[in-house]
Amino acid sequence: MHIVVCIKQVPDTTNVRINPKTNTLMREGVESIVNPFDEYALEEGLRLKDLVGAKVTVVSMGPPQATAVLREALARGADDAYLVSSRAFGGADTLATSYTIAQAIKKACGGKAPDLVLFGKQAIDGDTAQVGPGVSEFLGVPLVTYVKELSIGDDAKTFSVTTVMDDGEHVIEGSFPCVMTVLKEASTPRFAPLAGWMKAAKADVKVLDEKALDADPIRIGLKGSPTKVVTIFPPPAKSGGEKVDARGDAAAGAKAIVDFLAKKGLVKGNG
Amino acid sequence: MADAPVFIDPKLCKGCGKCVKGCGFGAISMVEAKGANKAGKLAVVDASACKACGACVKACPFKAISEVRQKVYGTENVESYRDIWVFAEQSGGTVAEVAYELLAKGLELKAQRGGGARLCAVLLGSSLPETAEKSLVAAGADVVYKVDAPELAEYEANVYVDAVSQLIVKHKPEVVLAGATAVGRAFFARVAVKVRTGLTADCTMLKVAETENKDTGVMQMLLHQTRPAFGGNIMATIMTPNHRPQMATVRPKVFKKAPSDPKRKGQVLVEALKLIAPQTKLVRKVKDPAAIDIAAHDILVSGGRGLKKEENFKLLFRLAELLGGEVSCSRACVDAGWCPVSRQVGQTGKTVAPRLYLCFGISGAIQHLEGIRGADTIIAVNSDPNAPIFGVADLGIVGDLFEILPALVKALEK
Repeated sequence: MHIVVCIKQVPDTTNVRINPKTNTLMREGVESIVNPFDEYALEEGLRLKDLVGAKVTVVSMGPPQATAVLREALARGADDAYLVSSRAFGGADTLATSYTIAQAIKKACGGKAPDLVLFGKQAIDGDTAQVGPGVSEFLGVPLVTYVKELSIGDDAKTFSVTTVMDDGEHVIEGSFPCVMTVLKEASTPRFAPLAGWMKAAKADVKVLDEKALDADPIRIGLKGSPTKVVTIFPPPAKSGGEKVDARGDAAAGAKAIVDFLAKKGLVKGNG
Repeated sequence: MADAPVFIDPKLCKGCGKCVKGCGFGAISMVEAKGANKAGKLAVVDASACKACGACVKACPFKAISEVRQKVYGTENVESYRDIWVFAEQSGGTVAEVAYELLAKGLELKAQRGGGARLCAVLLGSSLPETAEKSLVAAGADVVYKVDAPELAEYEANVYVDAVSQLIVKHKPEVVLAGATAVGRAFFARVAVKVRTGLTADCTMLKVAETENKDTGVMQMLLHQTRPAFGGNIMATIMTPNHRPQMATVRPKVFKKAPSDPKRKGQVLVEALKLIAPQTKLVRKVKDPAAIDIAAHDILVSGGRGLKKEENFKLLFRLAELLGGEVSCSRACVDAGWCPVSRQVGQTGKTVAPRLYLCFGISGAIQHLEGIRGADTIIAVNSDPNAPIFGVADLGIVGDLFEILPALVKALEK
């Protein structure tokens, strides 16, 4: 069984701000982390490896620094790693990214789709949740999203998953190959053992550029991206309403709330 | 070397150098060119440094510089795409609320678009009751495309992708919207890839306006898709100028539903599609008895990190009971294990739009504020007078929640 796990290096989004003068992103000093949801996807892949002896390949698209997240995955137990990286991929939206990653997966698997491709449910920098489904289309394999629990049949050819939908949990069965997006509930990510780090430090992270992918030049990067970011701006500032200082006078605070609710017709009280 | 985005006509260039100063990216320089003009110099552009901003075009007093239009890759016959579509998610024959919210926005977009664009709803299912299509027409749909097939009895991503993609290829809508629900988010992303267009997730503002296509210079009616990025710290407006349809998802409760009008007239078109077989099998649905839908409540009493421990939520439950509401919380409480994720409000939890949002000990991180944008009235109690929550609260009480909360419960019990 061959499993590909896609992981992304993302800025710690809580620290990203906009420069009010130039209207551009201020990324300086913002730490890069592994997208937290991808950690669960990787753990699911490694868990299946422990269970049935699958081969786990990790793929990441990004600048050369993203090698760090791949080495960490190798340290945890992944078998091989590919970094999809080139200036030509810059400015890719979810369509161009899905195409590029699908090409990379095919390359990493000798031209065919692997048995299972795992993604985290979304990346915290874009929050789109679109690349997993997009890759499933380019690979031409079935898609299952929001997986909370995953078990595979004895022959490693079929699966049973629990997915979390708005109307409750769905228990779904199917056959590989499949692309799945994984929720936080699926697993607790393991720590990399020291021996893993030592192995990972020496491991070869293969870099795939547009030539290695045989990528169609009009389907990658900015050129291959239908969506254009036209403007970015800070969220509109809001001004608060009435403020009551009830420090040391809780009764006054409670009364202000009751009066306000009564005024708005939200409670029958008379204050 | 790639072609430069601007062309400098050597016959018109006077070698004055104004464009060099005009360029903010250092992409233009002067070269010696004896006899070309009086100055004996010509401006040249470095294609790899040029950002196609057009500043040099304006800087040149002799109209020697013009922008070169790059070849545009996109959908053929963009003009033939016209209508505005809303995906009408349904379960058991009941249309999801978000579909009505999107139809209300769709009515606005239709008016902005003009040009004979119609508002259409796409309804997929099996043995669908007539009430579903009627409610969509009453909410503003001029046309309901209905696909009623046994393969669509339950949501299965791959069959849904097939059905909606087929309809898009056949009818060529200009705009397609879906709710960013678990269903909408998952299959819609694949539809966009299948029809090779762009998709903007979780839009909070949408409008159609006549806009210059930066690639072609042509004025077009384009969908302006605005969404929070980077955890809500930044807003971005995104467009899909050269591909159709222009697709976007919107989270539930972001737009307001409009009153339905049973007198509205609309066409129901039954589409007989040849669909693929479902790729996975739904064995069973399990409804979590503990799951609550906080988005469905008009009054929410919410607690944050300031509550300090799980048992302090008891008072919030009592207050919610007195007000006829439900208890929600911030992310910190879920991370601490005090509350299940189903109660979480915010960017990674639920977007809510209650009549009243009464919160205690929530400082108001931007991700949380994003989740309560739609609330009619916000009342906040926090000990920190500088907490960001006070910036959005209609009434802010600075004080100790452990004193105010019991006093409030007592006052309401009277």
